[in-house]
Amino acid sequence: MIRMIKSMPLYLLAIIILIVMGLPFVIMLLTSFKGQMEFMTSPWSIPESFSLDNYLLLVELEFFGYFVNSLIVAVVSVVIVIIISAMASYPLARLKFRLNRPIFILFMVGMMIPIHTTLVPIFILTNKMGLYDSLIGLIGPYIAFALPISVVIFTQFMRDIPKELEESAKIDGCSHLRLFWNIIFPLLTPAVATVAIYNFIHIWNEFIFALVLTNSSQNATLPIGLREFYGEFSVNIPGIMAALTLGSLPLLLVYFIAQEKIVTGLAAGSVKG
Amino acid sequence: MNRSQEVSLDTVRSGVRKKKKNKDTWAIIGFIAPAFIIYGVYVIYSIFMTFYYSMFDWTGIDANMVFLGLENYVRLFQDGVFWTSIQNNFLLVIASLFTQLPIGLIMALLLFSPIKGMRLFRSVYFMPFLMSTVAIGILFIFIYEGNYGLLNAVLGAIGLESLQTAWIGKESTAIWAVIATVCWQFAPFYMILFRATIVGIPEELYEAADIDGASGWQRFKSITLPLLMPIIITSAILSVIGSLKYFDLIYVMTGGGPNNSTELMATYMYKQTFTNFNMGYGSSISFSMFIIALIVTVFILLGDRSRRGNE
Repeated sequence: MIRMIKSMPLYLLAIIILIVMGLPFVIMLLTSFKGQMEFMTSPWSIPESFSLDNYLLLVELEFFGYFVNSLIVAVVSVVIVIIISAMASYPLARLKFRLNRPIFILFMVGMMIPIHTTLVPIFILTNKMGLYDSLIGLIGPYIAFALPISVVIFTQFMRDIPKELEESAKIDGCSHLRLFWNIIFPLLTPAVATVAIYNFIHIWNEFIFALVLTNSSQNATLPIGLREFYGEFSVNIPGIMAALTLGSLPLLLVYFIAQEKIVTGLAAGSVKG
Repeated sequence: MNRSQEVSLDTVRSGVRKKKKNKDTWAIIGFIAPAFIIYGVYVIYSIFMTFYYSMFDWTGIDANMVFLGLENYVRLFQDGVFWTSIQNNFLLVIASLFTQLPIGLIMALLLFSPIKGMRLFRSVYFMPFLMSTVAIGILFIFIYEGNYGLLNAVLGAIGLESLQTAWIGKESTAIWAVIATVCWQFAPFYMILFRATIVGIPEELYEAADIDGASGWQRFKSITLPLLMPIIITSAILSVIGSLKYFDLIYVMTGGGPNNSTELMATYMYKQTFTNFNMGYGSSISFSMFIIALIVTVFILLGDRSRRGNE
């Protein structure tokens, strides 16, 4: 009992933060089930009936195309980032050569570079390559800007792998490629998880490149689709809330299924840096 | 082993090493090249090109480029909106440091306090970080809305009608409303980083403190906080750099308005470049962003080095 009273302020604080963090989600979800009339008369009440009309409207408007686009872009980018950044980190972490430090720093500096500083040249470059308004045009910049953090995470992780491991392999005349692929890469699982989760969340939600490099709704990713929808249906607030709910659902679902994995995975690499 | 043997062994070794070094060089190039080429083209080349473009008067649509030298930068220095945007960026930096990190830390500590329902708290606390910024922006437009907005409804319910206002429609409140939203979005991320570090603190340290009869605050001050310091510094760097290049939420929520009161360097750059089609002038803004971020980073790194030197 005394314990309960002692922890009262803690509960109070925890619940206040819970409301601040969670209430917007609750309101978003509840509003999405309402009709426009019902929203007008009582905007913040619990809906009278849980109608799925707003969601059906989204299906009709082919909202799922945006999901597919975002998924393609995010998965392709993340897979390529994992492979090429792990590869680049291998010599940076395990081999001595003169340009080692400068190259590592060059990658690391990328973390502070504002995307906007590269926006105009990338826009022009993408146009010149004929990739404007295509999903492939997005993948290039997404990979490029995911590289710095990924290289840093992989390099730091690889430095901690004991040297003896590869020494015996080297004596056996194992090539660097086989050494990396068969011995080092399988040991990187925790770092791969961090890099994958972190970059997937970022790319899935990325906005500015998608805004500048695509034009048609056929090639729009989810954030662009949401904004388009908001522009077109700005009066239909319950409809917008349904779109927001649907747009946030994939990541939230994955999060609820594999919560502990995502949270620890996300932190595992970053904390060390 | 006698000396002559050692010498001959050494020559053999260096011979082997030379051969190996050659092999290594090609391996190094091969391993780094894919990442380096993509990074080089999209990031490094682009930074130089931005500086190049910033010296022209150019719409970006036609081929007509007029060389101005550094005239765009002279214009930029006299541009009141640009100064407002820098001011707002630094306001965002300070506000982010003093809201996101402390709130993230409080949330992380709450997750280790003896309260029930931990799973619920932890799950909900982290949710904002997973939502796309565009979705957050649109959602908060309705939360801050003047007539039926959630914030005003809550204020009304607890008897604070006098505070009700059109939060993002007014110059005086818009920037704070946006800053609060940025904090809502990013505090969970820092919570995760802090939590992961606290998990790693050995239990024995706290047990020893308990034996010495340390209070909760003492335990925090002399065990948790010092061990959290490195990650707090890392988080501060991430927060500062992130705030300097912030864009998405402002673009969606206010577009820099009302009357440029929430303009950031990035939103102003976007406006000049892709709305007004002043690609040259826009490039001078984005190159200035790069320089400012670079200067701030160098300062942070120097500060960090001297701090480490002191320890």
